[in-house]
Amino acid sequence: MILSDSAKYDVACTSSGVDRRGKQGSIGSAANAGICHSFAADGRCISLLKVLMTNICIYDCKYCINRTSNDTKRTAFTPSELAELTVNFYRRNYIEGLFLSSGVIKSPNYTMEQMIKALTLLREVYHFNGYIHVKTIPGADSEFVTRLGLLADRMSVNIELPSQESLKLLAPNKTKDSILRPMGFISHKIQENGSDLVKFRHASKFVPAGQSTQLIVGATPDTDHKILILSEGLYKKYRLKRVFYSAYIPVAEHTLLPSVDTKPPLLREHRLYQADWLLRFYGFEANELLDEQTPNFNLQVDPKCNWAINHLEQFPIEINKAPYEMLLRVPGIGVTSAMRILTARRSSLIDFDGLKKMGVVLKRAQYFITCKGKVMNRLKIPSDSSLRTLMSDQPKLLTGFAEQLSFFPDPPMTREEVSQCLTEQR
Amino acid sequence: MFDRAEIVYEYDGSFEGLMCCVFESFALKEVPSAIRTPSDQQSLFDTAKWIETDINKSDRVYKSIAAKISVQAQELVTLGFWTNAPQKELLIYYFLRLGYTHGSKVMSMLTDDTVSTLQKAVRHLTSESHKFKGFVRFAVYDKVMVAVIEPKNFVLPLISDHFCDRFCNESFMIYDKTHKMALVYQGQEAKLIYVDELTLPEVDKSEVEYRRLWKQFYQTIAIEERYNPKCRMTLMPKRYWGHLTEMEEYRELHNVSEKQRNLSKHAIRSYEPQRLP
Repeated sequence: MILSDSAKYDVACTSSGVDRRGKQGSIGSAANAGICHSFAADGRCISLLKVLMTNICIYDCKYCINRTSNDTKRTAFTPSELAELTVNFYRRNYIEGLFLSSGVIKSPNYTMEQMIKALTLLREVYHFNGYIHVKTIPGADSEFVTRLGLLADRMSVNIELPSQESLKLLAPNKTKDSILRPMGFISHKIQENGSDLVKFRHASKFVPAGQSTQLIVGATPDTDHKILILSEGLYKKYRLKRVFYSAYIPVAEHTLLPSVDTKPPLLREHRLYQADWLLRFYGFEANELLDEQTPNFNLQVDPKCNWAINHLEQFPIEINKAPYEMLLRVPGIGVTSAMRILTARRSSLIDFDGLKKMGVVLKRAQYFITCKGKVMNRLKIPSDSSLRTLMSDQPKLLTGFAEQLSFFPDPPMTREEVSQCLTEQR
Repeated sequence: MFDRAEIVYEYDGSFEGLMCCVFESFALKEVPSAIRTPSDQQSLFDTAKWIETDINKSDRVYKSIAAKISVQAQELVTLGFWTNAPQKELLIYYFLRLGYTHGSKVMSMLTDDTVSTLQKAVRHLTSESHKFKGFVRFAVYDKVMVAVIEPKNFVLPLISDHFCDRFCNESFMIYDKTHKMALVYQGQEAKLIYVDELTLPEVDKSEVEYRRLWKQFYQTIAIEERYNPKCRMTLMPKRYWGHLTEMEEYRELHNVSEKQRNLSKHAIRSYEPQRLP
């Protein structure tokens, strides 16, 4: 269990992205939507048996619990132990599959060899047909990456630190190149494999569920803007399926790191995930959400609301006419409800009551929309600044601010002042 | 008002039976105010009209849904019957009336109360069945695997394919305690059968050991600094905990704290009326 204790800091636990039917003589299948089998006390989904092959490591990354210089108990799985455990958990429907990662033992290539051995045993001897996510070892040769990729459904190379400088400081054995090279290689292989599959029906599949990566947030001074631009690049250039963000949890005392009693920046992580969703499903671009002047997200207001408040000139929009892309940009309307609006528009005009039935969050959306040319009943359009207050996630914090407004109605506060209030910088 | 007594239909509780209720209503041009099964609670004064199940009639109605409304509507009605929506029979009946009037357009009438209520109920069913793809826990008895679930909706038909496909070389049973039905898969064949009560034998040593390992994994995987029981409760509500291996210890813990909370809630409630004028 030491081996899952160290593996838990990997956030990825999704089992999505591939549909595979069960096979005669084998155990297991994979569902495209992914399946959560349980939820841990921290609220995170448990889908895969997340373990390390071994926590022995020759690297000395300052943020990692398994760094060479750390004095912890070291141990390792044998391939058959690992396969036995996976299959028995799987039969009981505890898990959707395996998430295998490893400390670097002897050399990157040697470690990869061990992982390949374990997965081959699992796939060929135990006939395991379920989901496998495997983390490649930075610095291993591409030949090993290829072999591992044919056994796994998803592969990931963790970037961990969002910039070259941060890497140099905290992970001296890793470089930007040693991370991006395998990433590029995997992405290339996936594409090549795609065309192979067209040519030969029985070509074996190379990581059919794509690749993902993880970034640590809050261990270094990198800004949200920088992180988001990086993610955008990864989605576009390397066609990553997911970028995961992990609020830094101090596991080590070091002068270069935040002190051990720092609380993990969970809200910041949450905002990054929200923004990530906006990039992938809502047609936003990183530079629309953040720029050099405001490089970090407002913790009080979610990124989409923040964007809408800063672009009031584009609102309100008419629900019965607006195109899908614009509906998606309204706070309180998500992908599902936008699709429902399109469907419902086909049969009749929509009013506010109808929107409610379709699951639109009117509390948020009301300020930005009209139905049949009308704004919502009894709604006074508030000024720019108080709107921000209304849309805030933590209205309690702002009661003092509201009183202040009624005391000094004129001149109204500027946008800057409001956001200062909201971020408690006064 | 006295000459028009309320019409109540009673049927055998099968999907075919419900289709026959629809047939009856359209054939006699009457609108039932309730459709129920013999086991439903009855009010004192109504007299229900028994609707006999006739496969020919039900077949005609079922086929007419696809022909006159749409295949999607047919699916929605089938799924709707498996939900636990209150008065689902009447809901389905009203939906079909709407459908026969408006045709395939009914599926896009999302702002209509009947349509949105039925779709919401079906979403509840499908999302619950998706959850159970993960929350089913098998106990392994030598060659056979058995799981018990207590869903609100009748999810077995929706999860059957998933489990039969995944464990196609195993023999297993998933018992739905709420509806007293069991999905039995053996020798490449799946059956849904009525099971009144189920008593399970003692589990063997290796089963106990794997349960222990799984609980340990569950404890270990949570990151202490991110402890967030509220989030867990949202994603995995307490009503599922009863049959989750890893929640065994939490169940007792939680029941105790729940009792305390209920006590304090009660104290507040009894205090409130005195404050009010």
